[in-house]
Formats: sequence, structure tokens, C-alpha cells
Amino acid sequence: MLGKREGEQTAMSEENEVILRVEHLKKYFPIRRGVFRKVVGWVKAVDDISFNVYSGETIGLVGESGCGKTTTGRTIIRLYEPTEGKVSFQGVDLATISGRQLRQTRRKIQMVFQDPYASLNPRMSIMRIIGEPLEIYGVANGKEKKEHVSHLMHLVGLNPAVMNRYPHEFSGGQRQRIGLARSLALNPDMIICDEPISALDVSIQAQVINLMEELQEKLGLTYIFIAHDLSMVRHISRRVAVMYLGKIVELTDRETLYDKPLHPYSQALLSAIPVPDPIVEEQRQRIILEGDLPSPANPPVGCNFNTRCPRAIDICLEAEPDFVEVAPDHYCACYLVKSNG
Amino acid sequence: MSTFEVHPVQEHLLEVKDLTTRFYTEEGVVYAVSGVSYIMDEGDTLGVVGESGCGKSVHALTMMRLIPIPPGKIESGEVLLQGRDLLKISEEEMRHVRGAQIAMIFQDPMTSLNPVLTVGYQITEALKLHQGMNERESQDRATELLDLVGIPEARQRLDDYPHQFSGGMRQRGMIAMALSCNPEILIADEPTTALDVTIQAQIIELVKRLRDKLGMAIIWITHDLGVIAGLAQRVNVMYAGRLIETGSVKMIYGTPHHPYTVGLLGSLPKIHREPGSKLYSISGEPPDLIGVSVGCPFMPRCTYAVERCREELPELELYETGHFVACWEKEKVSKLQ
Repeated sequence: MLGKREGEQTAMSEENEVILRVEHLKKYFPIRRGVFRKVVGWVKAVDDISFNVYSGETIGLVGESGCGKTTTGRTIIRLYEPTEGKVSFQGVDLATISGRQLRQTRRKIQMVFQDPYASLNPRMSIMRIIGEPLEIYGVANGKEKKEHVSHLMHLVGLNPAVMNRYPHEFSGGQRQRIGLARSLALNPDMIICDEPISALDVSIQAQVINLMEELQEKLGLTYIFIAHDLSMVRHISRRVAVMYLGKIVELTDRETLYDKPLHPYSQALLSAIPVPDPIVEEQRQRIILEGDLPSPANPPVGCNFNTRCPRAIDICLEAEPDFVEVAPDHYCACYLVKSNG
Repeated sequence: MSTFEVHPVQEHLLEVKDLTTRFYTEEGVVYAVSGVSYIMDEGDTLGVVGESGCGKSVHALTMMRLIPIPPGKIESGEVLLQGRDLLKISEEEMRHVRGAQIAMIFQDPMTSLNPVLTVGYQITEALKLHQGMNERESQDRATELLDLVGIPEARQRLDDYPHQFSGGMRQRGMIAMALSCNPEILIADEPTTALDVTIQAQIIELVKRLRDKLGMAIIWITHDLGVIAGLAQRVNVMYAGRLIETGSVKMIYGTPHHPYTVGLLGSLPKIHREPGSKLYSISGEPPDLIGVSVGCPFMPRCTYAVERCREELPELELYETGHFVACWEKEKVSKLQ
């Protein structure tokens, strides 16, 4: 099965350069019990996922809580050590390098977090928060640093005059701008955005999304956009990967996924999004999934969606379906989806 | 209406009149809810939308008399439930109204459920208290309720503690508790915000089914315009503690006439995105509610604002039958294309 997956993700178009290649990535967390903290089991937070990210694109990673989307982001950047698998960024294998090399590669991948209240140190001024990476990497100091910071603040739509203030003086939307400015300090190529707008009010979400798109255009950034808000993911992403219980179940471009999802889970997930239009809502047929997400510590045998799948057949209970290319650049892991290629 | 009637007053299920709540804090007076008025009839589903701090939750808590006093204070207003003013009755009577006539469910079921008592105990408690049932009757009724909200093996689950329930099941449990005394009105304060979309869809389906079966009125408070579109008949849009637009769902989503409603709908991502198109965004931030403001509270963010908006507060006025808007320029405002 593993052999079959090798090289299955052929580049979607030749002119697109692969910036990040994730191959068979696994992240298991041990469950420990007793006085001796003996390992009694594993939470399979990310369980054998593979995907490519192309330079300059936005790839959305969606799924419900506990599906492993955040762990995926953190394992890519090696905030978590991967259990198995390979992550190569611009040809460098992130999973094995260490020390200086890791530091140098890491500056090219930055992260923006969900909670703008928790991710900024309340005792540091905005100047120090944004300028810290510049200092650590020895990019700029003193007056030069200040210039850098003020340029970054300008870039994200903050008035540089407020750089000596502290995070509590800013609103949620402004704090997320500060987080973005910090992530941009080292001129990264890729930013992993972990639910960057979930904590913000609706009218502020649009501001931040527009800003992120502007920055992408200006600076040629690549985004991995992790979110549970499917309508915002559709807006911002070029391709979308749907995750369920530690696995990617479907990956394709935005239009195909939202117009013709193939995996029963993608179908249910998309049909569950409320549409802000009473006329559409009146006519909509929803697929209501039964039950809850199983525990990733004890996933079902076979296809891990089989406990909730409305279309499960015998084979789904026995063996795990392969994640295969069912149409050009359209990957899906389901027995019911026949390849037409 | 018959001419023989001396007082041709039609009694509504719920009539909220000029509700005003303030909080007296160290930083200053917070004008949380200002002059909110509306009417509900039996079986109505009302959506209340707005962003954080717009007063949507405080207005509901005020009706239930659940705001902490002090620092809070209900400055004025009436909450008429079948003609009886809830703000005037005794605490004893109010306790009967809560649960028996108006029930409330909250965003986070874990904070509303007592973690050291079984789910069964918490449901039967209300039944014994409000309906005078004995142990056996209340057990039977609690089983029936859990069954009604779709919890499998209801009888056994009564002995479970809240932590043994999943998030969606806890919210179902909360709904079961809320329904235990057949309330006339269910107030749901962001009940699905903490849940995943597939579980949210389950809960909304459940509430719709229960509404049709039991005929209760619902006030559904949310920031999610999508949820309301498929659920409510009427929508109240709140901003800075005020009701700024109210109408049927079709009016609010189809022909909104307050610039804030228009902007809010415009800032949602469209199903089919035009290449290169941007999301509409309302500039600036919602105001903080400390201190009195003169003029329209939305004025600093409004693209339609004229001089009058700075000085005079627009009241909610009739725009068309069943559609009220608080905006001086409402005739000029139209939905973004």
C-alpha cells in the first residue's frame, strides 16, 4: 500500500514549483498511565498524510475539531516532532535537519495563531513583539530595527506611531495584524495560518482576509490555511484538503470540491454549512451525519469514517481505503469513488 | 376588530418595550442595551444577530433577570409575557417563570451543567421542583426527554455525568433540560457556536423538529447569519446595544436597508467567487459602549453617513410592512451586488 502511494502526487501543472512536500506524515501522541507513566496507547492525531503545496498558492486544510489539522501544521514546522514521514521544504527535509540548518529553514516558514489574545506576550510592546525575530536572527538592531518594524506595521495597516503600546490596548483584529506583521518580519516564503480569523467578529474577519490576500500578492507568499469555517476556506484557497480523524479524505481544487465533492464525509460537511440566504436554505437538502467523531485514540477498523458514513458497505469495515488520484489532481480515499482516469 | 371591545388590545406572547440595561463599572457606565422593543407571538422563531458586545446576550439575560445587580441595572422597560411584566414580579414568581415558561440554553453546555451531578439528577430536579413529580415519574419523564432529543439508550445515560457526554450530546442534554417543563419560549444563546458544523447541523435539525412538534416560540441569538437564514422567520439585527433593523428573514437577507446589515451580509464569502474579487469589509471596529454617544452609533463606520447622523440618533422607523430600520438614509441604502 505504501509503495502505491509513492509518487502518486504528480505535479498538478508543470510550471508550478512544489515548495512543500509532505509524505506519509504521522504524529502519534502517547497515552501514559500509572506510576511509571507506561505508554498504554497512542492518539493518532495525524495518521499517514501526503500532500504537496505549490509555490504562491493557498491550500486550505479543513475538518472538525480533533481531525488533526492543527497538529499537521505544527508538525510541518516541527513544533511537534513527527513520528514518521517526511516533510521537505524547498528540497530540504525538515524532519531530519537540526541546529543551525533547522533555524535557517524555519525562518522561511512562519505561523499565525488562532487566538490573538494568547499568542502575543502582554508584557512586550508591539515594537518588541514584531522586532524580536529580527534580533534573534541578527537581521537588524537599534535604529534599523525600528525602521523595519515601522515598515512591517505599515504593511499590515497599522499606524507605526503606536509601536510602543502593549497588546491589551489593541482590539482582536488589530492584534491579528500584529501577529501577521511578526510573522512577516523574516521575509518568509510560507505562512501556516492556524484558524487566523476564528476568534474575530464577522465584520473584522473580512478585513483580515483581504489583508492576507493583499500580502500574498505583494510578497508572493504561500499559505497553508487551517480552518473549520468552510465558506471562508472556499473564498481564500486554491486547493482544499478535507481531513477526518487524522487523515486526508479528499484533496482537490476549490471549485471541484465545493461543486462536486466525492467523499461522503466532504459531502456531509459541505451540506452542513449554513448558507446566509433564506431562499437557498428553504430548498436545501442536508445530509445529517449520525453520531459523533470517534476518538483518535481508538479509531474504527477499516475506513475510519465507517461509523458515521451513510453509504458504508462491507469492505469499509474491513480495510482502509487508499488515498488515490480519482481524476486529474483530485485525490480521494473512499471505496465508493471509482477512478475515472 | 369588533366595535364592542372597549380595549382592543391584542395580547402577544411576548412584548419587550424599551428595554434598557446599563452596567456601572470602574471604567464608566456601559450602555449595554438601549431601548430595545419587539413583539413575539406563539410559535415564532426570532433570530437575534450581531457581533460581540452588541447587547444580544445581555438583552436576553435582562429578560430572564439573570444579570448581576450591581454592577448591572435595568434602567427601564417592560417584558410582558402574556401581558404580565416580568420585571415587576417577585423573585419567587420569576423563579417559576424561568424553566417553566421561558427556558434558556447557552453556548457552552459544560459551564451550565454541574459536573458532580449526574445528567439524570439535573433533569429530574427541575421536574420535581416545578411540576411536583415524584422520583419515579420524573425518571420516566427524563428518559422520555433524552429520547426526544435523540440520545440513544436514554435510561442508562441518565446515570452518566456530564463529562461522559460528548459536546453535541451535552447540548442535547441541555435542550432536554430546557424542555422539561414545556416552556412557551426557548431562548438559545449561541447554542451551536462551540460545536462542529456536522454537530451544529444535527442540533438545528433537532430544534426545528421540536419546534414543530411542541409549538414553542424560539429566540435564537447568534453571530452566524447562516444559521438564522434557515431557521428563523424574523430577524433582529443589533448594533451597539440597539435594535437597528428588524424584519422577516426574506427582507433582512433580500432587501436590507441598514448600512450595517448590508455590510455584514456583504462581508460573508460568496458561493461563487469572481476571480480577483475582494470581500466587502466594514472599516473600523465596533464601538465600546462606555459613555453616552450622540448620533448614530454606526456613523463612524458608515459609508452613507450624512451630517445629520452625527447629531441625531435615528429611531427604528417603518420602512415597509413588517420591516423597520433605524437609519436616516434608509431609502438610499441597498444591498451590495
